Amino acid sequence: MSVLPRCRLPHLDDLESEAIEILREAATNARAPVMLYSIGKDSSVMVHLARKAFFPAKPPFPLLHIDTTWKFREMYAHRERTAAETGMQIIVHRNEQGILAGVTPFTHGSAYYTDVMKTEALRQALDAGGFDVVFGGARRDEEKSRAKERIFSLRTRGHRWNPKQQRPELWALYNTHLAPGESLRVFPLSNWTELDVWQYILRDAIPVVPLYFAKERPVVERNGTLIMVDDDRMPLPGGERPQNRMVRFRTLGCYPLSGAIESDATTVEAIIAATIAARSTERAGRLIDSDQPGSMEKKKHEGYF
Amino acid sequence: MAQTSEMAPLRFITCGSVDDGKSTLLGRLLYESNRIFDDELHALEIESKRFGTQGDRTDFSLLVDGLQAEREQRITIDVAYRYFATERRKFVAADAPGHEQYTRNMATGASTAQLAIILVDARNGVVTQTRRHTRIVALMGVRHALLAVNKMDLVGWSEHTFDSVAAAYRELAHTCGLSTVEAIPISALEGDNVIRRSDAMRWHDGPTVLEHLESISIAGPAHHAGLRLPVQWINRRDSSFRGVCGRIAAGTVNPGDRVVSLPSGTTSKVQRIVTFDGDRPNAAVGDSVTLVMEDNIDVSRGDVIASDGSRPAVADQFEARLLWMSFDKMLPGRPYLLKLHCKETTATITTIKYVEDIDTGARLAAATLACNEIGVVALSLAQPVVFEPYAVNRTLGAFILIDKLTFETVGAGMLSFALRRSSNIQWQQLTIDKQARGAQKQ
Ligand SMILES: Nc1nc2c(ncn2[C@@H]2O[C@H](COP(=O)(O)OP(=O)(O)O)[C@@H](O)[C@H]2O)c(=O)[nH]1
Repeated sequence: MSVLPRCRLPHLDDLESEAIEILREAATNARAPVMLYSIGKDSSVMVHLARKAFFPAKPPFPLLHIDTTWKFREMYAHRERTAAETGMQIIVHRNEQGILAGVTPFTHGSAYYTDVMKTEALRQALDAGGFDVVFGGARRDEEKSRAKERIFSLRTRGHRWNPKQQRPELWALYNTHLAPGESLRVFPLSNWTELDVWQYILRDAIPVVPLYFAKERPVVERNGTLIMVDDDRMPLPGGERPQNRMVRFRTLGCYPLSGAIESDATTVEAIIAATIAARSTERAGRLIDSDQPGSMEKKKHEGYF
Repeated sequence: MAQTSEMAPLRFITCGSVDDGKSTLLGRLLYESNRIFDDELHALEIESKRFGTQGDRTDFSLLVDGLQAEREQRITIDVAYRYFATERRKFVAADAPGHEQYTRNMATGASTAQLAIILVDARNGVVTQTRRHTRIVALMGVRHALLAVNKMDLVGWSEHTFDSVAAAYRELAHTCGLSTVEAIPISALEGDNVIRRSDAMRWHDGPTVLEHLESISIAGPAHHAGLRLPVQWINRRDSSFRGVCGRIAAGTVNPGDRVVSLPSGTTSKVQRIVTFDGDRPNAAVGDSVTLVMEDNIDVSRGDVIASDGSRPAVADQFEARLLWMSFDKMLPGRPYLLKLHCKETTATITTIKYVEDIDTGARLAAATLACNEIGVVALSLAQPVVFEPYAVNRTLGAFILIDKLTFETVGAGMLSFALRRSSNIQWQQLTIDKQARGAQKQ
């Protein structure tokens, strides 16, 4: 099915040029830049844009993957493929104390688990690397508190975000100056929507993790959400048997926390058609967002992306 | 979410005083264009009961008032960006705060907007905040206004009330230099004339809000003589490759074009336009590019590559309009960091010619600028810069001022004209011209 012809989409050219401008601007003034790499579709687009921005040179920064140890196996495989194909360095960081303390999504609840294995792990990795400019793939259309974030977003000591004291950001004149201890989070995809991301993936044939495409996968139901049983760490009480269902993922994270949707969209074109027709937001499948009201905003104050 | 056939997206800003109904209007537009999803609608119904002001009715303003603090205090404290599309067009909406102390955020939203939706409460008409916001959006270069006269349900859908508010606003817009004003009577709460034509206001024969947003054509920048490429980054993969990177601010470029690097004045020819997907045959305004020149010319970040036949000016003294955004007052004579396209240097404000009274447009004498004040000032820069007046080219005429100690962004300004050409530059240009002539003879 051809939902959109493979013709030029001028608004994608515009978004691409804007993202490249942002990447170059941030890299120019950075002492130690790094790009967060979550292995998802937005990260794939980010890596692709970085390669374009600095071509024929390699992007002047490494990728950083915060590994909770609970990602899908296909995500780890994709990470290795990306490293090989781009030649970029990928720093992998795990919160070893968290692992030693046995913090898992099953034993500690999603809020605490996310705090320790993602937010704290990220802070550790950023401190260890002394990174002052950190690229993230967040988009303003994802969530209400993100709609207000600057493209160049200042973090004070301790990686805190203060939404009431954001620097005014006018035109494309980004203020990249930092006092000691401060850092910048930079979001080149701020103005992209989920649909733009998929149209761009199609246009530039960007490789993404196969989990985005529908396939028969073993799933169980937890609180109305379909969770894929990706390995034998998933507790299956009372001899519960996973069912094979035709599912795909709109966002990817830790497998025990990523809800699958039933779908038969097996190609990028079909996903674009489904995105256009979608009746729920992309993040609905993420369990961590709805723990408590203002949930995402709270995590951001504390340094989560 | 609608699939949009290709046409240039429209970037607009919504502004008005607190409680005029901005968030309700924007929430409506999002809802009616199907950009509100089932899970959001469900969360909204719950939140409406908790924070809403509409009893058990769904309060659409909660969709856009994103931050927790805002929901509790019921005010919009920061500009939020929202993306939606209809079958005819894509939109980027900046929801700007109405509170006076957050005016700088409104300037932020306006700096990239092509159109402003100005909301007024039909009961109050044009108020101080309306004047303030209209002046700010006009100052930031917005040329098109949509006046939404809201809460028409509370004035008995009166055509007479609407006409007098619209007339008062047109007068204001005219003095501020807004070129088009479309006035539309609406009820954001009920959706009248937002997307659906109002049965209660059959006397209105103009478009609805959405019809106007979908159909307005925004003229591109005035016909421009030549290429303007602010140099952002020099790509040196190795000693054999030197690429000049930046985003084209005006004009087009093709391999073979003769270009000049300013302020140095050295000329060369474009050899290649290099991309990841192979060389491209041409590029135009808006494109981020990497150019390889025929000669190894002296060029660095902050310079501008321009068509040799049409050079932008270089100067170090300017008259500019300046919006002050810091709670610390502006101090004439004090050095600030200035960022103009990719160029950063130090600037001082030498004189304040006058401050514009935001309510009346009157020119007042002043010794300093306080937060949210707009002044016309003379600026002196530590180094000459390549520029064009803001009215000619937003990218080459817009600048920000940064405090040297706190690194806060304290001012946003627009260059009007050069007070004098930088003298040493004229000298440089003369010698370069000789060189260039020499090069052409070879
Ligand atoms: N009667 C009436 N009330 C409205 C209308 N539009 C908005 N309101 C109410 O006015 C109040 C302020 O609206 P809101 O959208 O939050 O205003 P904002 O501060 O400009 O974003 C809320 O209680 C709205 O429900 C309208 O057309 N008619």
